[in-house]
Amino acid sequence: MTTDIVDNLYKSLGGVCRPTSEDEAHIEVHGNKVVGANLVEGLEVDVREKTRSVEADFVLKEGTVLKGPVILCFGLLNRQGQQKIELDISIEKGAEADFQAYCTFPNARDVLHEMDAQITVGENARYSYFERHIHGQSGGVNVVPRANVEIKQGGRFATEFELIRGAVGRIDIDYNIDCHAYGVFEMLARISGRNDDEIIITEAGHLLGEESRGVLTSHIAVQDRASAVVNNELIANAAFSRGHVDCKEIVQDEAVARAVPIVEVNHPRAHVTHEAAIGSVDSKQLETLMSRGLSEEAAVDLIIEGMLS
Amino acid sequence: MAVLETRGINLEIEGSKILNGLTAEFWSGYVHAVIGPNGAGKSSLAGTIMGLKRYRKIEGQILFDGEDITDLTADKRAERGITMAWQEPARFEGLKVHKFIGCGNNNSSRKKIAAVLEKVGLEPEEYIDRAVDDTLSGGERKRIELASILLMQPRLVLLDEPDSGIDVGALEKIFDAIQYMKDQGITVILITHSMTVLNHADHAFLLCDGKIIDKGTPEKIGRFFREKCMPCRDHDAHEIKEEK
Repeated sequence: MTTDIVDNLYKSLGGVCRPTSEDEAHIEVHGNKVVGANLVEGLEVDVREKTRSVEADFVLKEGTVLKGPVILCFGLLNRQGQQKIELDISIEKGAEADFQAYCTFPNARDVLHEMDAQITVGENARYSYFERHIHGQSGGVNVVPRANVEIKQGGRFATEFELIRGAVGRIDIDYNIDCHAYGVFEMLARISGRNDDEIIITEAGHLLGEESRGVLTSHIAVQDRASAVVNNELIANAAFSRGHVDCKEIVQDEAVARAVPIVEVNHPRAHVTHEAAIGSVDSKQLETLMSRGLSEEAAVDLIIEGMLS
Repeated sequence: MAVLETRGINLEIEGSKILNGLTAEFWSGYVHAVIGPNGAGKSSLAGTIMGLKRYRKIEGQILFDGEDITDLTADKRAERGITMAWQEPARFEGLKVHKFIGCGNNNSSRKKIAAVLEKVGLEPEEYIDRAVDDTLSGGERKRIELASILLMQPRLVLLDEPDSGIDVGALEKIFDAIQYMKDQGITVILITHSMTVLNHADHAFLLCDGKIIDKGTPEKIGRFFREKCMPCRDHDAHEIKEEK
């Protein structure tokens, strides 16, 4: 039974992300039930099923470098329901890991997916987290990811969130990052909204230590009546800390987009920049593709696909 | 035989007359040049023939292979075999070179895309998976745009200032591509104010104030252009450049 569910979860994701080797760590969660798992040496995992959530603690021991990615497959195949994932991830000093999360809600009509994550990237450790969502066409998903990230001295954290297949429904991302000396973080969100989708992104990065670096990037496309609000905040408090906020939003039809980049510098030797571009598809891009025979609609789709790639 | 005819084209943008009763015939399989000073209406003519939005409200007629295409949008004209390369090609963030080049041909493959990249002097392995964005120079994007046209196999190509932003080495590749198109029987219209580009044409039109004021061999039109149309400083600078 659980094997069928795991099969169906990966099938709904197109199958490409399914782990193929025993050396790859993975966990599959359907609703609030753990339906599959494989662990590898050096990665300690404690998973607990609760009534309305799944708690998962990951500890990558000091100096451990995982060869392959840790695959997390979360989803709900039912039309209605709720899933809450509470993650506590600790990448200890000098350890390195790549996590890939695939979230699938192919039949959702009324589904709530919440994720609360506490992430600690240890001294000189490296942690990358890629999260891809694949939704059905109905838009009946409410996605609420929350994360608090602490990057210790010299740690590196990169995260990428992608939702470009299927209807967004509603998504409300809220990430907070504290980055200590010589730490680096990069956050990228790529989301495409249509119909009545609602996209809210709130990210706050704090450059707390000397020579810390941070980039917040959001690439959003909204069409039809969809809406997007991007609140990016980057605060630099230490000497030689550097940061950049980059928000690009393409708006079509009756869609609405708003970008609110906030940059704050509290040290004379810190430097933070931002750029935000919101608008329709560039006319020269459109005309170039149309002069190759693409219809206006196909040209817009290709331009958006490029921006979100 | 004319593949393209413009009949009495009038174009007005924001109260300014850009094209003024422009009538011309472009013969099939020829490399034509439309030369003229800045502001003569050359790029507007290209945009009008291509059917770009800004140039769609015109008086007059555009015939392609005898069919009236005046009311067709750019994509419909492209379906009939008309295409265009811009003076300053667009940047496409994230769009891969192979996807861009392949978008105008339903039967494209990596092999065919690699072949057209080689034709314009770009190493396929180095370029095919890059994005058509500002990590490429203007000259590289120009050659990629030309490669996309070669793969499209159009019947008529408008090249707006094909030499602008191109270094000398790359310029030879552009001229090779123009010759290749001619060998394939494609009609080419070069929009230019450069004598170097003009010399690669079989036939030329001189455009001034939105009108064709003369036509003939590139030598004849070039001589007239140099003597009557180019301001002295431009003329001198051009001659120095040509001598080099």
